[in-house]
Amino acid sequence: MTGVRVAGVGLTPFGRHEGREGRDLFAEAALSALADAGVESGDVEHLNYGNFMGALAERQGHQAPLMVEAAGLRCPGTRYEEACASAGVAVREAVRAIRSGEADMLLAGGMERMTNLSTAEVTESLAVAADELFEVRAGVTFPGAYALMARAYFDRYGGDREDLAHVASKNHSNALNNEYAQYQREVTVEEVLDAPTVASPLGLFDACPITDGASALVLVSDEYAAEHDLDAPVSVAGTGQGGDRAALQDRADMALTPAATDAADEAYADAGITADDVEVAEVHDCFTIAEVAALESLGFYEPGEGIGAARRGETTRDGDLPVNLSGGLKAKGHPVGATGGSQLAEMTRILRGDHPNSDAVPDATVGLTHNAGGTVASAVVHVLEVAE
Amino acid sequence: MTGEGEGEETPRNGSYEEWVDALAEGGFYLECGDGHGSLPPRRVCPECGYTDLAERALPGTGTVATFSEVHVAAPAFADETPYVTAVVDFGPVRLTGVLRDVSADEVAIGDSVAPDVEPDGPDGRPLVVFRPA
Repeated sequence: MTGVRVAGVGLTPFGRHEGREGRDLFAEAALSALADAGVESGDVEHLNYGNFMGALAERQGHQAPLMVEAAGLRCPGTRYEEACASAGVAVREAVRAIRSGEADMLLAGGMERMTNLSTAEVTESLAVAADELFEVRAGVTFPGAYALMARAYFDRYGGDREDLAHVASKNHSNALNNEYAQYQREVTVEEVLDAPTVASPLGLFDACPITDGASALVLVSDEYAAEHDLDAPVSVAGTGQGGDRAALQDRADMALTPAATDAADEAYADAGITADDVEVAEVHDCFTIAEVAALESLGFYEPGEGIGAARRGETTRDGDLPVNLSGGLKAKGHPVGATGGSQLAEMTRILRGDHPNSDAVPDATVGLTHNAGGTVASAVVHVLEVAE
Repeated sequence: MTGEGEGEETPRNGSYEEWVDALAEGGFYLECGDGHGSLPPRRVCPECGYTDLAERALPGTGTVATFSEVHVAAPAFADETPYVTAVVDFGPVRLTGVLRDVSADEVAIGDSVAPDVEPDGPDGRPLVVFRPA
């Protein structure tokens, strides 16, 4: 089985791109990734494209062929949809295609356009990721679902809003010098605590923003990288996916996300590592409580211990395990269908040493990305390593 | 798996609409031979794969497992804000709905509530609700 290298990565800045169509956003990320890789676009054999709510936001389904065209490719494309984990799945399937020997080069990533809708419309569109019958019709929103998880967590394991505020403040600090981040500004713990309530116990600064953006990665086989003398030091060493009951009410423990544990266990085994080997991570912090659940599900902390990690300084830039050096979804932004790809793009740059925050982990060789869909009914984990 | 080949139809056990309407009369859930609870429409127990599902009466009260006061809602629920969403534990199944007749300040995990349905909810469809009991 061949190994898979990240030959190049591309992102649009995340934020509000008023008046720009989704196809233009994805073209920017794709062309940037191809230029970063220094490869011929004609060698791309398939586009694996993530998008969640394009039919609602732009009245545009069947987006993959449009994006192939926008990126100037000459190949088929497939859209992957797994809510907020759409691009993570798109990348995972690209990795599997290359490993199987069917392809030597794929472009993988995603795009979401969201700020052209009102907040209420985005709330309605994101809710589509929940169980329509038993959650959406009952008035559950996406922030509301994570709020239910947060309350269940506090009740079962302890912790409070201030612990969560430290997660938000940490991730905003990390985004300060990330030119792709939507919010390059500090947010204090007090500001998080004083922000208007979205769904108690979560406030406005516990939530990721509404974001436009795109991500793309050029993935190649080890053989292609060697034959073309590519400078592609980062490999995708492990990939894993997990699933769970769609509705929160059907989970045995509403404070836990076992789909992420399953995804991580598969990815760790695939890479031949354990959680202890991970030196830096990008996790799916769509809400502050989601980062806590991720830390515990990925095996970095026991249940109940993850909530204090940011407050104790263990996951900050200077901590033992820096988490979300990009700023995370919280501060970098969360263009839903692009996020999973952007996590790998950021991690690749962190490990290559050309990320503004690479200096926080100058010797790191193993990084993890965790991308979740819905209330983690879907989870995708990747392990990236600096290849020998 | 049962199917045409065996001349036997997989039981379908009702629709969501039948289920939600039945909440007005106390409600029901589905139980498999191993005692796992689930909700319709359901052809197979999601926990164990058992296809012989029987209707059971929903317990008259459940306990609040978690809740949230929602301030930012989708358009259909905009006039309802703030409202309290709760997941309520009935033992074999949990249900999600809107908590009526009690403010977020007054509710606590473990509180006892009874289920009901408002036939014409905010979005024009039946809404699962709970009231203190």
